[in-house]
Amino acid sequence: MATALIEVKHIAKVYRMGDVEVHALRDVTLTISEGESVAVMGPSGSGKSTLMNILGCLDRPTSGSYHLVGEEVSTLDRNALARLRNRTLGFVFQSFNLLARTSALENVELPLLYAGLSGRERHKRAREALERVGLGDRIHHHPNQMSGGQQQRVAIARALVTHPRLMVADEPTGNLDSRTSVEIMALFQELGRSGITLLLVTHEPDIARYASRVVVMRDGLVQTDRQQTVLVADVAAAAAEAAAAGIP
Amino acid sequence: MNPIQVLRVAIRALLRNKMRSFLTTLGVIIGVSAVIAMVAIGEGAKARVAESFASMGSNILIVLSGSTTSGGTRGGFGSMPTLTWDDLKAIRAESSAVRYAAPQLRSSASVISEDQNWGTSINGVSPEFFSIKDWPVASGSPITQSDIEGGTKVVVLGQTVVEKLYGPSADPVGQTVRIKNFPFQVIGVAAAKGQTAMGQDQDDVVFMPYSTFQAKIQGGLQKFIPGIIMVSAASSGDVERAEKQITNLLRDRHHIAISGDDDFSIRNLTEMMTAQQEGLNTITSLLASIAAVSLLVGGIGIMNIMLVSVTERTREIGIRMAVGARPRDVLAQFLVEALALSCFGGIIGVLLGIFAASWLANHLSWPVLIRADIIVIAVSFSGLVGVVFGLYPALKASRLDPIDALRFE
Repeated sequence: MATALIEVKHIAKVYRMGDVEVHALRDVTLTISEGESVAVMGPSGSGKSTLMNILGCLDRPTSGSYHLVGEEVSTLDRNALARLRNRTLGFVFQSFNLLARTSALENVELPLLYAGLSGRERHKRAREALERVGLGDRIHHHPNQMSGGQQQRVAIARALVTHPRLMVADEPTGNLDSRTSVEIMALFQELGRSGITLLLVTHEPDIARYASRVVVMRDGLVQTDRQQTVLVADVAAAAAEAAAAGIP
Repeated sequence: MNPIQVLRVAIRALLRNKMRSFLTTLGVIIGVSAVIAMVAIGEGAKARVAESFASMGSNILIVLSGSTTSGGTRGGFGSMPTLTWDDLKAIRAESSAVRYAAPQLRSSASVISEDQNWGTSINGVSPEFFSIKDWPVASGSPITQSDIEGGTKVVVLGQTVVEKLYGPSADPVGQTVRIKNFPFQVIGVAAAKGQTAMGQDQDDVVFMPYSTFQAKIQGGLQKFIPGIIMVSAASSGDVERAEKQITNLLRDRHHIAISGDDDFSIRNLTEMMTAQQEGLNTITSLLASIAAVSLLVGGIGIMNIMLVSVTERTREIGIRMAVGARPRDVLAQFLVEALALSCFGGIIGVLLGIFAASWLANHLSWPVLIRADIIVIAVSFSGLVGVVFGLYPALKASRLDPIDALRFE
């Protein structure tokens, strides 16, 4: 496929908990190409969240090297990491992490504020992003006036408003019902078709099936790493299934 | 983020908790308004002192004669006449820094009109006296040089004396009063002068030519002046020079050896005023520093609330960092919030302080003077309080780890 977006070589992460050293990541080497959709799976404590934090530039590895879009990230300072998160990455979290009492539009504008865009430009791009996730009619709603699925769409709009190369999603469907989960995965797949690389952390095999590649972590190491045939998220089928099960 | 965006984000965050923001800023409001009101009161008192000294005449020196020593009891300045009429002439002629010099001879006596009497201060003066005191007549005519030379029995009455003898707003010019059984013609009424800095009524007074005073009221040796010499310097910058010139002149004329003590003394009203005002300055700074303590307490209140706010909004900080806020963006946001609180408090405090000062001025007839520089200092000081007490919470926020902040419940 295309060039390597992520190139990780022998990274390890050690936390100190008092006197005890916790090896969250022991030795991980991984290459992710542009346009891939990768599901990272594994039981809790396997190191998948640590890996995601490092790949998402929220954290730095204790040792090893990490190249993101050709740039060595493991030695960057906090300001440079913030810039990468702002320009190159987009985050989607399990608990949405929207600012409360703040409209959808303003939530989506937030990354652009730190990118230094003018108010008019922020407004225009945030509106476009919200329209892209199907919330063009709800831009002035506050998070508490929206359903979980809608809140996650706002979060996705916020992640893609800066036109990132990589989208990192941490259990994005963890707080959603199965029908809404399929809708969210369909949205991710649509973004994937436009060229955004997706890194998806999940423990649900059903969700991992929507990715083109599955990396299974165990005890801080990569256990298996395999390509798979992508299951296309079928919103209509999910709706029909939900109806059959008697869920409104 | 540009400063305007930072400010907008900060103000929105503060408006989310209106009551809390207001209570936090109340400490600064009280501090700033107290500083401004206290300084206004102090400055007002100073202005009143300056005004009353000005009413006593400007650039004035008072020359007193020496002291007597009889049987070991030293009588104090003025108890022994050492100043001569020739000394007065010499001061007028030889001291270049002196504009006017006039004798003032004083005694107490009863003044009797047709149907009233009033005990007051009788003053024998020369025409220059009124120039020195900047004290014109309100009606009639003043004492003239020919009155001095002729020793005429004429008087100029002060306003209080007129009121006591003839009732308020009467014009007694042309009437005759009796002092020590001599009839005197009232030729003029002196303008109202008000109280001195020490609270003396300057209008409770009768003036007559000093020659008449010496002949009819209180005699004495012809050579010596049985009173004081009032001197006004040519300008406010000449007061000290005049003092020095008179000292040298009188020492020379009285043949005092270099090591000898003066047999006269010179009082400087400007110095007295400065001393009084310095005393008031001390009180003003004392009041202001007590008020400044409340400003400090207000600052601590801001710090306290900002720390609470940082903890409460840890998750928000995490979200902002995840989408690309740099540590310094977070720092700026919380610092500007603290600054907005304190500056808002400062501005409201200034308004409240001015209001309090003018209320005092109107209702308690307390003199107040609002100083513009104090307003600027108080507002900048409250801004400084915001920075100082907002810095620690803001630093704490900016140093949060994004992962921990996002996980914070």
